[in-house]
Amino acid sequence: MAFDSFSAFLAMDGHGPYVWTCYAVFFLLMGVMTWWSLRQRRAVIAQQRRRMAPTPSADERPAAASFTRIESSQD
Amino acid sequence: MWQIFHKLGSPKWFFGIASTLMPWLLVAGAALLMTGIVWGLVFAPQDYLQGNSYRIIFIHVPSAFLAQSVYIMMAVAALVTLVWRMKLADVFVTAVAPVGAVLTFLALFTGAVWGKPTWGTWWIWDARLTSMLILLFLYFGVMALGAAISDEKSSARAVAVLVLVGVVNIPIIKYSVEWWNTLHQPATFKLTEKPSMPAEMWVPLLLSVLGLYLIFGWLACLRMQTHILAREGRTRWVKELVQAREN
Amino acid sequence: MTMASETKLPVRTSEESVSALSAMKAVFSRDLKTAFRQPQDLLNPLLFFVMVVTLFPLGVSPEVSFLREAGSGILWVAALLSVLLSLDHLYRHDFDDGTLEQLVLQPQPLFLLVLAKSLAHWVLTGLPLVMLAPVLGVMVHLEGNSVAILCLTLLIGTPVLSLIGSIGAALTLGLRSAGVLLSLLIIPLYIPVLIFGTGTVMAASESAPVGGQLALMGAFLVLALTLAPFASAAALRISLSNS
Repeated sequence: MAFDSFSAFLAMDGHGPYVWTCYAVFFLLMGVMTWWSLRQRRAVIAQQRRRMAPTPSADERPAAASFTRIESSQD
Repeated sequence: MWQIFHKLGSPKWFFGIASTLMPWLLVAGAALLMTGIVWGLVFAPQDYLQGNSYRIIFIHVPSAFLAQSVYIMMAVAALVTLVWRMKLADVFVTAVAPVGAVLTFLALFTGAVWGKPTWGTWWIWDARLTSMLILLFLYFGVMALGAAISDEKSSARAVAVLVLVGVVNIPIIKYSVEWWNTLHQPATFKLTEKPSMPAEMWVPLLLSVLGLYLIFGWLACLRMQTHILAREGRTRWVKELVQAREN
Repeated sequence: MTMASETKLPVRTSEESVSALSAMKAVFSRDLKTAFRQPQDLLNPLLFFVMVVTLFPLGVSPEVSFLREAGSGILWVAALLSVLLSLDHLYRHDFDDGTLEQLVLQPQPLFLLVLAKSLAHWVLTGLPLVMLAPVLGVMVHLEGNSVAILCLTLLIGTPVLSLIGSIGAALTLGLRSAGVLLSLLIIPLYIPVLIFGTGTVMAASESAPVGGQLALMGAFLVLALTLAPFASAAALRISLSNS
């Protein structure tokens, strides 16, 4: 053990901020990289599944453009 | 021999192998990296010259090491892409380039922060830092070119040409930056070239380098799998695989 | 662009084949001819060169001591940027009017034709820059010997810039915002030439021997001459198959 106490470990003889910033940024960036890669993968799988999903048949598929006339009395 | 080669090139085969390897890579990599870092941070003795700031070395050197070897690996894959048109090789180049860029940035960042207590300034035009910066530019170029070409096949091949041109240039750049450095500021303090590093320092360093290598392997497998899924979406095995997955 | 098609390409008419050397000559002289029909395009990089050099005394300091020290670097950076600016033209016109596809289909090895094109590009941009450099060298107060060495380094270095640049131009052919992308790809590769170019002049101004550095720049040139045409020929084929 190179340090006497936990506070000495955090302070690192005044070099603490430098050391801890480096470690924080390292883990942050590696974490972001991992998160981003996992998210990309999930997105790709979801996209493939959507592409494979059986296209809804003609009767249940909504018409490309439909206008519903709403009858409402004005008085 | 050729059969193995073809098998290696088959995305389906790779996908299976990667899936079985990945948990091991992640667990072993994380364990090694954490051991190295905790050992380095808590148990390794203080450096007599730089005090405790040298403890940044346990992430700086692995990042710098990986940053350079990832580019070399990309160059090997680029050669394979151009010569044998192996699908996996170009998947590797595109999947891994952002990881390489992040590692290069980390090496630069940790180097700069380390420089503050050691040299008294955030940035110094030291030969190593400068060539790292140029390596970062090379990574950015690779990523920008890959993103600019929409057709996947020609994108991969154009990137392969660029990576190979870059790798021919890397030794020249390194040499010229070193020469330039001696011209402008002779004998700066060298960060890692210690006359003799005690075992309590280099063993954890070695562990963290190995750990980061394995974690890179995991990330590379993960990202390659993603690219393969996106690319091979029309093949049957991918369809079956996607359907079988529940998450 | 329409004029470009008037000049004949080395097309194999019958059974007799055109030798590689005469094909190179034909490509080279054709590039020169078409370039001279649009003199403005030739002039622009030179004007850019002069203007960038002018910015430094205005923007930093007109003091003789500063200019003398930084002059070689300023001139080299400006030359590098103006070569970079002109690279977009290297294949663009030929790509737009389909000449490039013809070139790729020639029986002669493509890398030789690419080499001829790169050399033509150097004659059209690098060489004028070298000839303009002494004037600007005097304007940034370089001393007699340094000016000569500066021109010599530019003479050896600018062909390297054209050759490496041709790879980038071929890779970015037909892409959106090709210009910025081209700079992004190529600038890191230009760094060694820049370092040795300015370093040689600085050594000369301190009256140190420069033979070694010049020899190294010569080595860069030989390396670029032998390797770059292969890379840009490969890149051209990829870009053309893409479009």
